[in-house]
Amino acid sequence: MKVKMLSRNPDNYVRETKLDIQRVPRNYDPTLHPFEVPREYVRALNATKLERVFAKPFLASLDGHRDGVNCLAKHPKSLATVLSGACDGEVRIWNLTKRKCIRTIQAHEGFVRGICTRFCGTSFFTTGDDKTVKQWKMDGPGYGEEEEPLHTVLGKTVYTGIDHHWKEAVFATCGQQVDIWDEQRTSPICSMTWGFDSISSVKFNPIETFLLGSCASDRNIVLYDMRQATPLKKVILDMRTNTICWNPMEAFIFTAANEDYNLYTFDMRALDTPVMVHMDHVSAVLDVDYSPTGKEFVSASFDKSIRIFPVDKSRSREVYHTKRMQHVICVKWTSDSKYIMCGSDEMNIRLWKANASEKLGVLTSREKAAKDYNQKLKEKFQHHPQIKRISRHRHLPKSIYSQIQEQRIMKEARRRKEVNRRKHSKPGSVPIVSEKKKHIVAVVK
Amino acid sequence: MCENNAEKMSATSAESLLALRQQEELVDLPKDYPLSASEDEGDSDGERKHQKLLEAISSLDGKNRRKLAERSEASLKVSEFNVSSEGTREKLVLSDLLQPIKPSSSLATVRKQLNRVKSKKTVELPLNKEEVARIHREVAFNKTSQALSKWDPIVLKNRKAEQLVFPLEKEQAAFAPIEHVLSGWKARTPLEQEIFNVLHKNKQPVTDPLLTPVEKASLKAMSLEEAKMRRAELQRARALQSYYEAKARREKKIKSKKYHKVVKKGKAKKALKDFETLRKVDPTAALEELEKIEKARMMERMSLKHQNSGKWAKSKAIMAKYDLEARQAMQEQLAKNKELTQKLQAASESEEEGGGVEENELLVPDVVNEVHINANEPNPWMRRSCTSDAKEVEIQKDPEQPPEPMAHEDSESEGEESPVAEEETLLKEFEERRSLRKRPELNQDAEPVGGREAQDASSQEVLSELRALSRKLNKENQEKQSRKQKGNSVRAVLPVQREEPAQEEEEPLLLQRPERVQTLEELEELGKEGYLQNTELPRPVSQGQQTERNPDNQPGAPKKKKRKEEMIDLQNLLTTKSPSVKSLAVPTTIEALEDEEERDQKQMIKEAFAGDDVIRDFLKEKKEAVEASKPKDVDLTLPGWGEWGGVGLQPSAKKRRRFLIKAPEGPPRKDKNLPNVIINEKRNIHAAAHQVHVLPYPFTHHHQFERTIQTPIGSTWNTQRAFQKLTTPKVVTKPGHIIKPIKAEDVGYRSSSRSDLSMVQRNPKQLSVRHKKQLKKNSVD
Repeated sequence: MKVKMLSRNPDNYVRETKLDIQRVPRNYDPTLHPFEVPREYVRALNATKLERVFAKPFLASLDGHRDGVNCLAKHPKSLATVLSGACDGEVRIWNLTKRKCIRTIQAHEGFVRGICTRFCGTSFFTTGDDKTVKQWKMDGPGYGEEEEPLHTVLGKTVYTGIDHHWKEAVFATCGQQVDIWDEQRTSPICSMTWGFDSISSVKFNPIETFLLGSCASDRNIVLYDMRQATPLKKVILDMRTNTICWNPMEAFIFTAANEDYNLYTFDMRALDTPVMVHMDHVSAVLDVDYSPTGKEFVSASFDKSIRIFPVDKSRSREVYHTKRMQHVICVKWTSDSKYIMCGSDEMNIRLWKANASEKLGVLTSREKAAKDYNQKLKEKFQHHPQIKRISRHRHLPKSIYSQIQEQRIMKEARRRKEVNRRKHSKPGSVPIVSEKKKHIVAVVK
Repeated sequence: MCENNAEKMSATSAESLLALRQQEELVDLPKDYPLSASEDEGDSDGERKHQKLLEAISSLDGKNRRKLAERSEASLKVSEFNVSSEGTREKLVLSDLLQPIKPSSSLATVRKQLNRVKSKKTVELPLNKEEVARIHREVAFNKTSQALSKWDPIVLKNRKAEQLVFPLEKEQAAFAPIEHVLSGWKARTPLEQEIFNVLHKNKQPVTDPLLTPVEKASLKAMSLEEAKMRRAELQRARALQSYYEAKARREKKIKSKKYHKVVKKGKAKKALKDFETLRKVDPTAALEELEKIEKARMMERMSLKHQNSGKWAKSKAIMAKYDLEARQAMQEQLAKNKELTQKLQAASESEEEGGGVEENELLVPDVVNEVHINANEPNPWMRRSCTSDAKEVEIQKDPEQPPEPMAHEDSESEGEESPVAEEETLLKEFEERRSLRKRPELNQDAEPVGGREAQDASSQEVLSELRALSRKLNKENQEKQSRKQKGNSVRAVLPVQREEPAQEEEEPLLLQRPERVQTLEELEELGKEGYLQNTELPRPVSQGQQTERNPDNQPGAPKKKKRKEEMIDLQNLLTTKSPSVKSLAVPTTIEALEDEEERDQKQMIKEAFAGDDVIRDFLKEKKEAVEASKPKDVDLTLPGWGEWGGVGLQPSAKKRRRFLIKAPEGPPRKDKNLPNVIINEKRNIHAAAHQVHVLPYPFTHHHQFERTIQTPIGSTWNTQRAFQKLTTPKVVTKPGHIIKPIKAEDVGYRSSSRSDLSMVQRNPKQLSVRHKKQLKKNSVD
């Protein structure tokens, strides 16, 4: 019997190794694949809808503190370790993978005002209302050892914030002045003041490590140079700035969290106009932290929500809230840029995904390709009204929602009034001031 | 004195200048300063010593020198430190003093400085503290912002980058050896300590777990050279072993059965040789050996080991029908059995062995054997034709034709064919033998078959096909032969080939290999022959057997003519649409049926839609759409306006004309020239919900935006590579990797070598001042 069969050249379909992808012959003739724009539009729409469906950002709540969480710190070497200080002077070290507290220290009497880790990750510093700065070992005490600090520095005044240098054994505290300390000494090696005010936070620049920024209660932000031991410049804003954060990828950019519900991103070389005003919060912004990629930052607010802003956008791309989360006091973006932690008044630390709809864990290559494709589609069609509407839609708690409405009305009224005033006064006597410049009172050299 | 003074002055800075100024002011002041000390220098040495002592004592208190100068009463007129111009009326000026002395280089500078001092009136007041601080800040700020601007290009690049991959620096994971990790660790808890105690007691290694003390001691017991030798030996042994293993593995991997057979044979031969030598050297041992062999034979006879009765053998037996190798394996096993059960004897066995082989051969069915042999042939195609043709030949064999000439011809053709292998001849023999064996039956069959063939060749499709194939093969063979005879005159040969079907059929086809077509003409002919076969299938083949048997007798000219005609026919065939197919009865009927069906369908559709006139409806619809889309005239006439009242008043035509506002002609419709299309030019609300109304921000022209939307990015429209390129994410992060802040070294800048801390400590003046202040403040508090 003669068997008839098709014969194909094996070169056309046999893989060289089994790790190669299967060869799939495709015909890319455009006439065979019509309606590319409508089809991609539908895909983009579906991707956007699915993104909203899968947006489940809340991961875990770490409870154990017996008072509001006042400060958070990341471990510089270990992603799983997080330190937190509470208003009752307790410091806890958490393991994020187990979601357990691994160590508890009664560090201070009264608030723990600030906490920071040493750059090598072997020890950390806390400062509290009892006018002390304490250095602790990161590992717990050995068998039979007492839980006690490595060093304790007793100061004259209360230190309200602390930050460690990124490369050297130096740390800075703030209170009535900014002090630079050598770890080995009990007195500061240098203190810098500019006027008399209580400084609420101080931060080292992570790139040009000799630079410091601080914000004080008399509404100003002051920059310092540690090497020349002098302040550099001061900018006075409308309202008090609670804290600042330096961009880890752009040496001269920092963002300030202000009491007037806004965040201001400054180029430190030109303080008279902020690069961007970020507004979406409806109450004072209490803390801000940059993503390690330097492309986004997260802000914690008194309005019981945290928001994620792209650096170059004035509106937030994401807002996180839960029913039980109260005023958020501190927030941190983890060093792998995947998660966000926030500590709030009601004693919990919450762990969120930085990208709400991201799938956790290892992705197969096909999943990855699909994810990238969907992302690109969403980007491509982002200006289309339906897609924009769906991707922007967020459910908000009633308080925030009504606040937003109210503030919109107030803003409109203010704008209208200004327009009217301009209309009825001598031309040029009521100048048009841009939103960026509006909030800057003065720059002091 | 003055020199002294001048020297002092020359060694200095602004401070000393100030001092000088003070001196100038002091010039006419004190009476108590002596005029010159030169006189009393000589005599009052003791006095001076005393003075010095006093000075030393007084300096112990830490009081300054000025007071001392006031106290001194050495002379009113003379002093080392000052000049007085007492007695003269004018003031003594310092430059006067300098005048008489010869100008020297050092003095010139002094004078210059003096002049400069004079030219300045007063030192300006120092700036107040705030101002100074402000200046300091400004300078520092400028410096810092300059230092920071080196980051500008990098920041810009990163912002514009198509893709950023974090972490930026490639981090090598450094693993500390276990000893290092353990060295810092100490036993603390009681349990740990207990374990460590036990370990120490037994002198177990704790930190360096390489060798126990006992092992070390044993190592020491051996001398170095001995140890070395031993090591070398061991090494050699290991190397040899590894070589041997590698070799064995290699050999084991060889798939060739032949190779293994050869190896086995070689081994057997060697064993035999050994046995021979043994017999010569040591007969008893040889005997023992023989006994062993005998024993093995007995065991084999008793056992069923090689009887084709095991599991494996049974499975092989099933496979044997289809699988050549299985068959071979079975045979091999049987052979082995035979070999083992054979009694060891001398010389005379050879015949028996031959018989055995014969038997063996006979055990296996014929077909199997045939295929088995054919497998050795060089051409796989030949195998197929061989088996089929052989049967065919047998079937078609002319009863008149004796087998001998066939064989003869065979050998002839073989002689012509250049590469003739031994196997082939062997095969041929087998073939012959087989055909001989089957002859009687075939002879019986042959006649009726032939008769039937003559009667209705067209009906027997299979047969005809086979014949066609055989003919083709034969033709080539014939061609070759005839070419040899006639000296390559193709024209002459052709008719011979074509008109000789009968003779060809008689040709033995067994050992034919298909010949390669050698010239273009031949190729053409092949094709034509194909056609011929196709067209002439129904024609009875045995038509002109007798007449065309010997082609050389036939005249060439008519043949040519015939051929020409045929060629024309072929042309016709080519031009007309495959009439051969049409001519076949069955397909035409089918086609007719299909036509019928189609017509039916049409009819049915017509009937079903008899009532509605779709085209007219469409035209009407289009007309309506056109009317609807036309801009309407506006009639503003008010009936009764400007006229006398009454019922049923009609505005006059003039008025109507006057108040009618004609609508402007709209743009031409898009479907004006498309008769069977209606294009709705109205805005579609449902589509509008999905459309972008305002040009989005980064775009400056709507063309740009449209272009970005219109280029598809999916893999449906792009190649895999392009798809990957188009969908690269902007920021890539590795899960579980810490992203550190950017560093100057990462981007190729040299970071400042001095540490910030050392810079702070190097700035002692400023710091110390501030520090003191701070301390003071603290103490006040």
